[in-house]
Amino acid sequence: MDHLFRHEAGRLAAALVRVLGPTNLDLAEDVVQETLCHALEVWKMGRVPDNPAAWLRASARNRALDLLRRQRIRIRLAPEVAQLHGELAPAVDAVFTEDALRVEQLRMMFACCDARLQPAVQVALVLKLLCGFGVDEVAQAFLASPAAIEKRLARGKTALRRAGALADLSDPQLARRLEAVLDALYLLFNEGYHGAHPELAVRAELCAEAIRLVRLLAEDPATAQPPTFALLALMCLHAARLPGRLDARGALVPLEEQDRSAWDRALAAEGARWLSRAVSEPPTALLLEAAIAAEHCFAPTFAATDWRAIVTLYDALYAQHPTPVVALNRAIALAQVDGPERGLEELQALPGRDRLGRYPFYFAALGELHLRAGHAREAAEEFRRALRLARSPAERQHFQRKLASATERTRMRGPGAVRTLRR
Amino acid sequence: MADFLYVFRGGGYQQLSPEQMQKHMQAWGTWIGELSKRGQFKGGDPLEPGGKQVKGKKKTVVDGPFAEAKDLVGGYLLVTAESLDDATELARGCPILEVDGTVEVRPIRKM
Repeated sequence: MDHLFRHEAGRLAAALVRVLGPTNLDLAEDVVQETLCHALEVWKMGRVPDNPAAWLRASARNRALDLLRRQRIRIRLAPEVAQLHGELAPAVDAVFTEDALRVEQLRMMFACCDARLQPAVQVALVLKLLCGFGVDEVAQAFLASPAAIEKRLARGKTALRRAGALADLSDPQLARRLEAVLDALYLLFNEGYHGAHPELAVRAELCAEAIRLVRLLAEDPATAQPPTFALLALMCLHAARLPGRLDARGALVPLEEQDRSAWDRALAAEGARWLSRAVSEPPTALLLEAAIAAEHCFAPTFAATDWRAIVTLYDALYAQHPTPVVALNRAIALAQVDGPERGLEELQALPGRDRLGRYPFYFAALGELHLRAGHAREAAEEFRRALRLARSPAERQHFQRKLASATERTRMRGPGAVRTLRR
Repeated sequence: MADFLYVFRGGGYQQLSPEQMQKHMQAWGTWIGELSKRGQFKGGDPLEPGGKQVKGKKKTVVDGPFAEAKDLVGGYLLVTAESLDDATELARGCPILEVDGTVEVRPIRKM
């Protein structure tokens, strides 16, 4: 029953847009809302049907059929067209079958993630139309005002209405468009995983939604392709570790200190299964990222992690995707293999490090390695920089803690302490 | 112990998101579940908004609904409680209040 209303809202909206056409998107959304309101009225005093989803679908189907019939009467069809009346019901029924609902959700996904729309608009549409979020809930997910989200959604819906028809899954052009869909869903996932929202529940929910939608893509023959599997693997392997990523007060917990028993083993195993199907030659960036995530996920402890394998994977990733962040992560892994001094050398000569000037984790990594190398004063300085650049309360709390531990060590090893010892 | 009738009026769900609707439904389940557990729930149903009304000596028949949305009776519940105060206190837990609805608590006349 978890999220039944919300998830059915997404399914019904997709089916109804199929029946009523994208030009009647608002009408389709109204029908969804009426269907759910009606269900609530009937069910609330304890009469929930055995199969609530089937009940909702039947109810939405009847409403759609009523609408179409009324519409036909209103425009007074010619007799030969009116004969089609009889065929209306089977046509509407066909859209509400389990298989059709799955396909219609995919078509809606492609429509929402049209490359001509801004990524932020795409993700808002996905949450509203496919995940059944209310405007306020979309706003909450993005830490934006409801008014701003209304505007964003209005822009997206206008584009959807104008498109006139949703994508055909048998279209050979689809492969190119799949990339845009995967990008948007990855963005949705990252909003949950790295986003600034302070509540773990909200963030976990965004990750779960992204995974649910990519699973739909992975299960349909038209979109079941290695890039889809790689993204799904990556999401599962990251989300599996979400439960250990924030502490009770919402502060980020570094990998080293995470309670690995809190990780979601079932999700990790699912990730590994998708990963084995994602293999492509040459490996894509997503595949390499997923493989790195798998190394972390299945390592028994931080120390027993196969850092050498991770460095090799980062080398391959850097060859494809030479960004400063990849270089940064490679240097951190390298420090685990060859020691903090070596890591510091890499970090200080990092190609493109000028572009990391606003990235707190660059300075946090410097701080961490300085700390391990015994340079407490330098470490404190770097953590102070990271703290100034923190983008969320979770990051802020984490850097504050690191700074405190570095300062603590400065005091222990400072000249004062040495003098005390001598005396 | 005495019997009471709860008459529910108003309360709309149009403004709720699907997730809020589901939470609201679960709140009803919890509330009625509590009443049942204590043996105080005696039955009840939601009502359709439409219907007919037969009026006066002329027996005129009128089509419903018969009130504005906020005054429209949407359902009823029968409960047993110690007293009117007790029944009223129980009604304060009704989820319809969260969506601006009202609960009218009426003692049922004894023989």
